[in-house]
Amino acid sequence: MNSRQANSERQRHERAAAGQTAVPFELLHVTAKRGARVVLEDLSAVLLDGATGIVGPSGVGKSTLLRLLNRLADPTSGVIRYCGRDLREHEVLSLRRDVGLVAQLPALLEGTVAENVIYGARLAQRDADVVATLRLAGLDPAFASRPADALSVGEQQRVMLARALALRPSVLLLDEPTSALDEATTAAIELTLRDLRERLGLSFVLVTHDRAQADRLADRMLALERGALRDADPAAARLR
Amino acid sequence: MTGVIEIGLGQVAATLVLVAVAAAVAAWERTQLEGDIGIAVARSFVQLTAIGYVIKAIFASDSTLWVVLLLAVMVVFGALTARGRARRVPHAFWALLIALAVAATATLTVVLLLGVFPAEARYLVPVGGMVIGNAMTAAAVALNRLGDEVHDAAARIEATLALGATATQAIAPIVRRSLRSGMIPLIDSTKTIGLIFFPGTMVGMLLAGAAPVDAVRLQLILLYVLLGAVAIAALVAVALSRRRFFTSDHQLSEIVTLQE
Repeated sequence: MNSRQANSERQRHERAAAGQTAVPFELLHVTAKRGARVVLEDLSAVLLDGATGIVGPSGVGKSTLLRLLNRLADPTSGVIRYCGRDLREHEVLSLRRDVGLVAQLPALLEGTVAENVIYGARLAQRDADVVATLRLAGLDPAFASRPADALSVGEQQRVMLARALALRPSVLLLDEPTSALDEATTAAIELTLRDLRERLGLSFVLVTHDRAQADRLADRMLALERGALRDADPAAARLR
Repeated sequence: MTGVIEIGLGQVAATLVLVAVAAAVAAWERTQLEGDIGIAVARSFVQLTAIGYVIKAIFASDSTLWVVLLLAVMVVFGALTARGRARRVPHAFWALLIALAVAATATLTVVLLLGVFPAEARYLVPVGGMVIGNAMTAAAVALNRLGDEVHDAAARIEATLALGATATQAIAPIVRRSLRSGMIPLIDSTKTIGLIFFPGTMVGMLLAGAAPVDAVRLQLILLYVLLGAVAIAALVAVALSRRRFFTSDHQLSEIVTLQE
């Protein structure tokens, strides 16, 4: 176990001691449809604390899975549990603040970077430290006053990340966080994500078509193929 | 208001000369609008003549019940027409029907309570018709914008919901822009009135021999009534429609997400 893993293991223990469960998500026989098309069928899996990478080709239902975990959509049948309770028993707005979702493509609000960062926190009637949050997302605080729509895609993606972090979530759902970015920006974002795990002990569920990226960022890897989740890393069999 | 002018069918027929000019221009420039011009002229003649006789009968009966019935028919046709502009809004007909009915009832009630007009058919029918017509246009434009923007900005709405925003909060900027679209045309024309164009009521009264000051005052009353009606119609139509895009759990409904 390297120092990074040891650090995150320690933080996980601390969170467990603080009463937080070590098993954020359990999926039990989950089926999801988009219109008449079955996207996920009878999916059962456990997504543990820490960083889970979910890999699979485009259109296989990875984004749908994240939308289910954030309750932007509900399964047609089956149950998803978060911290031991059915997702539908959680108050939906607080659940979404605790399980932050960073979409595949930037979708920021009109206004400055700072306004975007404090938007979610303000909804929860909380203050957000814009400077500290931008730094966490790897952005210079000088970006705060710039209009969000004038930034590059990579910068906007970091603002999306900062905006989710301002909610102080326990879990971050990352949907192809670097799919629209070049190699250098991808490496920089990955560095930021690793840093976040070390400093905040955040859990990640990362979906990506890039197996190498999942390898670099995740503790364990699941492959989503034809509507089923399989263990993609035999050494770390966590699948039920 | 004094003086009444008589218009014969011959005078109406004479103005067809200008329709012929329009048709000639259309044919000359190959705009393929000659057919449309013909249909427009025929429909306007038949529809206006029919409504003219209906109004004549209602004036003769002087029954409030017939007035209410005529205005109710206008509300239903207004909602049906506006629905065509709001195809991307689920169940738009009902929202429009309620919006037009509320706008017409509220503005006519206020005008009657303030004693601006007496409760007689000769006032209620034309004013009600103008109110419903303008309310229809405003509500249609507002819902057209609402439907288009919700579908175009589905990703942004979902990203906002994902932060724990309610459906109302996530759609608020779109609602604001939709209301502006519905109300701006009348506000703009109210600003430029008398400078760039003379409104129909004033022109009609002047032609009918009314004193210019009376014509202007009546026109102002109607404009202010219409501003109120347009605001109420757009607000009610948008308020009733915006929830239709979401589930009770603040999720964007499949009607929108499936079109991404």
